[in-house]
Amino acid sequence: MRAEILLAIAMAVPLGACRRETRTFRESPPASMATDVAVSDLHPGGGLPPERSISPDEQNAWALNEGKRLFSAYNCSGCHANGGGGMGPALMDEEWSYGHEADQIYRSILEGRPNGMPAWRGKIPDQQIWQLAGYVRSMSGLAPKDVAPSRSDHMSATPPENATPRLTPRNAGLPPASVH
Amino acid sequence: MGDASSFQSALAAAGPQAAHIERLWWLMFWVASGVFTIVTAFVLGAVFLKRREPIRDDALRVGVTLGIAATVLTLFVLLVASVWTGRAVASLGAESAVTINLTGRQWWWDAEYVDSAPSGRFHTANELHIPVGRPIVLNVTSHDVIHSFWVPNLHGKRDLIPGYTSSIWLQADTPGVYHGQCAEFCGLEHARMLLRVTAESAAEYENWRSNQVRAAAEPPGDAERRGRDVFLHATCTQCHTIRGTIAGATMGPDLTHVASRGTLGAGTLPNTRGHLAGWVLDAQSAKPGSQMPPNSVAGGDLQMLLAYLESLK
Amino acid sequence: MSLLDRTPAQAEGERPEPPLDASHALPSASEASAERLERVWAEKPGFVGWLSVVNHRSIGLRYIVTAFVFFLITGVMAALMRIQLARPENNFLGPDAYNQIFTTHGTAMMFLFAVPVMEAFGIYLVPLMVGARNIAFPRLNAFSYWMFLFGGIFLFTMFALNTGPDVGWFAYPPLSGPAYTPGKRADVWAQLITFSELAALAVSVEIIVTAFKLRTPGMSLDRIPLFVWAQVVTAFMVLVAMPAVMFASTALILDRLVGTHFFNPAEGGDPLLWQHLFWFFGHPEVYIIFLPATGIVSTIVSTFSRRPAFGYIALVLALVSTGFMGFGLWVHHMFATGLPQLGESFFTAASIMIAIPAGLQFFCWIATMWGGRVELKIPMLWVLGFLVVFLIGGLTGVMLAAVPLDLQVHDTFFVVAHFHYVLIGGALFPLFGAVYYWFPKMTGRMLCERLGVWNFWLFTIGFNLTFFPMHILGLHGMPRRIYTYQADTGWGDLNMLATAGAMVIGLSVVVFLVNVVTSLRAGALAGDNPWNASTLEWATSSPPPNSNFINAPTVSGRDPLWENPPDQPVVVGLRDDVRDVLVTYLLDAEPDHRTEFPEPSIWPFFSALATTGLFIGSIFTPWAVVIGAVPLFVALTGWFWPKKPGETGTQRWPIRHRTLPLPGEAPTGGTA
Repeated sequence: MRAEILLAIAMAVPLGACRRETRTFRESPPASMATDVAVSDLHPGGGLPPERSISPDEQNAWALNEGKRLFSAYNCSGCHANGGGGMGPALMDEEWSYGHEADQIYRSILEGRPNGMPAWRGKIPDQQIWQLAGYVRSMSGLAPKDVAPSRSDHMSATPPENATPRLTPRNAGLPPASVH
Repeated sequence: MGDASSFQSALAAAGPQAAHIERLWWLMFWVASGVFTIVTAFVLGAVFLKRREPIRDDALRVGVTLGIAATVLTLFVLLVASVWTGRAVASLGAESAVTINLTGRQWWWDAEYVDSAPSGRFHTANELHIPVGRPIVLNVTSHDVIHSFWVPNLHGKRDLIPGYTSSIWLQADTPGVYHGQCAEFCGLEHARMLLRVTAESAAEYENWRSNQVRAAAEPPGDAERRGRDVFLHATCTQCHTIRGTIAGATMGPDLTHVASRGTLGAGTLPNTRGHLAGWVLDAQSAKPGSQMPPNSVAGGDLQMLLAYLESLK
Repeated sequence: MSLLDRTPAQAEGERPEPPLDASHALPSASEASAERLERVWAEKPGFVGWLSVVNHRSIGLRYIVTAFVFFLITGVMAALMRIQLARPENNFLGPDAYNQIFTTHGTAMMFLFAVPVMEAFGIYLVPLMVGARNIAFPRLNAFSYWMFLFGGIFLFTMFALNTGPDVGWFAYPPLSGPAYTPGKRADVWAQLITFSELAALAVSVEIIVTAFKLRTPGMSLDRIPLFVWAQVVTAFMVLVAMPAVMFASTALILDRLVGTHFFNPAEGGDPLLWQHLFWFFGHPEVYIIFLPATGIVSTIVSTFSRRPAFGYIALVLALVSTGFMGFGLWVHHMFATGLPQLGESFFTAASIMIAIPAGLQFFCWIATMWGGRVELKIPMLWVLGFLVVFLIGGLTGVMLAAVPLDLQVHDTFFVVAHFHYVLIGGALFPLFGAVYYWFPKMTGRMLCERLGVWNFWLFTIGFNLTFFPMHILGLHGMPRRIYTYQADTGWGDLNMLATAGAMVIGLSVVVFLVNVVTSLRAGALAGDNPWNASTLEWATSSPPPNSNFINAPTVSGRDPLWENPPDQPVVVGLRDDVRDVLVTYLLDAEPDHRTEFPEPSIWPFFSALATTGLFIGSIFTPWAVVIGAVPLFVALTGWFWPKKPGETGTQRWPIRHRTLPLPGEAPTGGTA
């Protein structure tokens, strides 16, 4: 038994390293469409919840770092500030209106959401939406610490994502109507 | 395109600074060759002159002293030559200089031509035009990591360091197209961060500059108009600017006059229709790791988009 | 019973022993005593014994072999780079792979091969050359080897796991910072620095203390072999230079792991701070590699010219002045950053000036050759190669010192050519010479001369074919660290030539390995002093016995084996039932006291394991420093556990008179 645990630990490090460090410059587009996403965590009784697709970027440091770069480049801070929220809801807290899993965040960015989230479908490539979704998760500590981005090279407004404590996600109600 | 020996070569000076440096190079080369010959002769002589007697210590002492004296003298001469060349290189006059703010980004060059009137300023990317015989001052900085501006035919290099703005003066005395390249390792595609400087007569330069200042021309035909629609509806506007349209993002190069450039992707591909299509659809196969993502554009739309981009001269 | 066996109380107040009669044969160890001596200095058997080794020769050999293994791995990486660059637009390696390979090549060559192998020869030879039985602080020596080995294994394992550093061997931020190198790659690089610099600092301390305090009586400071002088100056340089890079790499890890802003301009940090810190270490680093090689060259030139090195004082002063001046040059790596012209000119002057001591050394070596008769054996052949190749590298170095010219060729293949000429010419050629020269001493067998000639010529030709064209490529605009280039640059032909040369280098290394392996089995037996050399390591058997010297010789000149009279005294009176070592004074090497050196111990190995865990853990979480300190504390406690009372400690050697005779005098005993 102890031998197996040790072996598992010994294997985890190398495999973790491989997943963390790959750089995938071009993903095949159709596979990343993720059409089976549910916005709500509730599902009808009499069965188990449907299978989810796993984000390809969850364990990949390069993808999350790209997400961080794109968050700033595409001006997500314009509404979400550096995670604290403003016109848009806060992204670094534990409250999630439309789901906290990577594929749910992916759909939120792709489709837009009522009360002000623009739809980015067709405006940025799918791979970048996945990278952004992974980064948004890391803002509330949901990404593994060795994979989450560290500080940016700009003036810092928040602690780095790899120092953010993990916040247990919980469903919030609808975000308030946008404030002007 | 010059012959291979002058392509991007520090030994094919086309401007005063590069010429001074080239002269210093040849001085140091001949001095070094002489020193090498003399010292090697002494080394080989000691080993292979078999029928000689061992030299006495007092004679050796004289020899070593002479050697040191010669070394000190030679080094002093080279030091003086170096300092003199440095001052000559830095002594470019400043009247009527063309000012360019150059910002290095991973992995392309963002050049802003400065003018006293705000309406005379414009952005271009990767390919500079300069007038022959006038000093150019480049105010260089970096948007992300350390890069280095280097056009060997014209001058030595200057590092682009984030947080610093540095000024480098150069001048071209001969018309021509001079190639340059980023010279400080800056990540995945450091190898494909090329630069092109076209030195031309004052009239040609003025022609080019006034064209670049203008906003994008109205599309001449129906296909180009449809192409502009494709551009504005698709992913392009998230990163690129075309002055005269509502596209105003600054993440990627300014495309207002993209058809006037010789290459795409900072020298990665020639600017032809086929390469442009490849670049738009899948830049990652030509320049893996660059920040230009793959874009899916339907076939017919693609042709119209290309027609529009080709009209942006 | 000799004078040294008495307690201090006994020694005080007794009649002095009658002086030894110079006409009698000097006392030497009896057979039984020699046997006991060998037993007490022997290593423990078995696997645990192998982990517990504290003998400097074993550790020195391990260092040499391990460093050469790292050299071979890194050489393969160089071959891969050359294959990729042989043709324009080649697709043998993509940019990510190429960047990891060139970074690991540079990092491993500098930190895991060049410096450690020079130190390794010091570890092996310095105690022998000064007549000591072991290096100072033997357990620290063992610890440093394990740290070096674990660091190397760490780097290459991470490279195999796609986590190899990809930021260049000098890792400039912001590229190596958290925003532009995600993941753990740059942290691996930074922590490798810590491993290898800790090992280097430890070895430097040992070298200095050995050379200053463990010299055999008679070896005053002006009689130390030039090889030892070179190692000592280098060790001092290490002590001053390494902390700068350790601080820089620590700051980089802090930036990446916990979000400090040392190198973040937006929050008051500065990318140039890194460059200053790194190059303050980085320039002395190349002299740390070069100076021990000059010690090797001085030794080999002297032996094969059959005369003492000409200009001993000048050579020593050249070493010391290079050591000092080497710290005043670092900005010549930063000429392109836009620093003020006046400041840059100062560093131009300093960089040009350092050619003067190097030139002085060259002239002294050439004078030695002209003042003697040169016997062209293989080690001397390598030294000739050094003289020619390093000369070229030094001349291009003077070119690079000139700011305007540097601005054109900085960060191009011209610099790649320059530093390979000075590093390979200045360090690897002497190193091959050192292997051919001291292999007989270390193994008892000679390397094959014929294979040696093939080795030398293949290497020299291959090296020049590879790196000379790079001068031209750099002047023609080819920057360094590019994974490919376009066809219209015209660089393809010279690159193909360089790749061909690299293959010839590879062939030469194969010949070398064949030579080593076959000579280990079937080489000619060497005897004590096959080269008829003059330094003390040749006064003992090949390989040396466990205690280094059954009868430790004293010296009365700089070239003991050429100058010692037949009645030169040997050191007697040290105990042969414990590891008794004579400690002498710094200037004149008069005896000071005796001390007991440690037995073989497993604690350095455990301490190294604990430290390795701490270092590797700390790239994932800062808590590793706290948690990792616990096993380290346990291991260090085992290491420093006090001796039981009654065990032999330091004995004072109570002298009031000189113990060694002045020239013409008979030796005297030396107590109150």
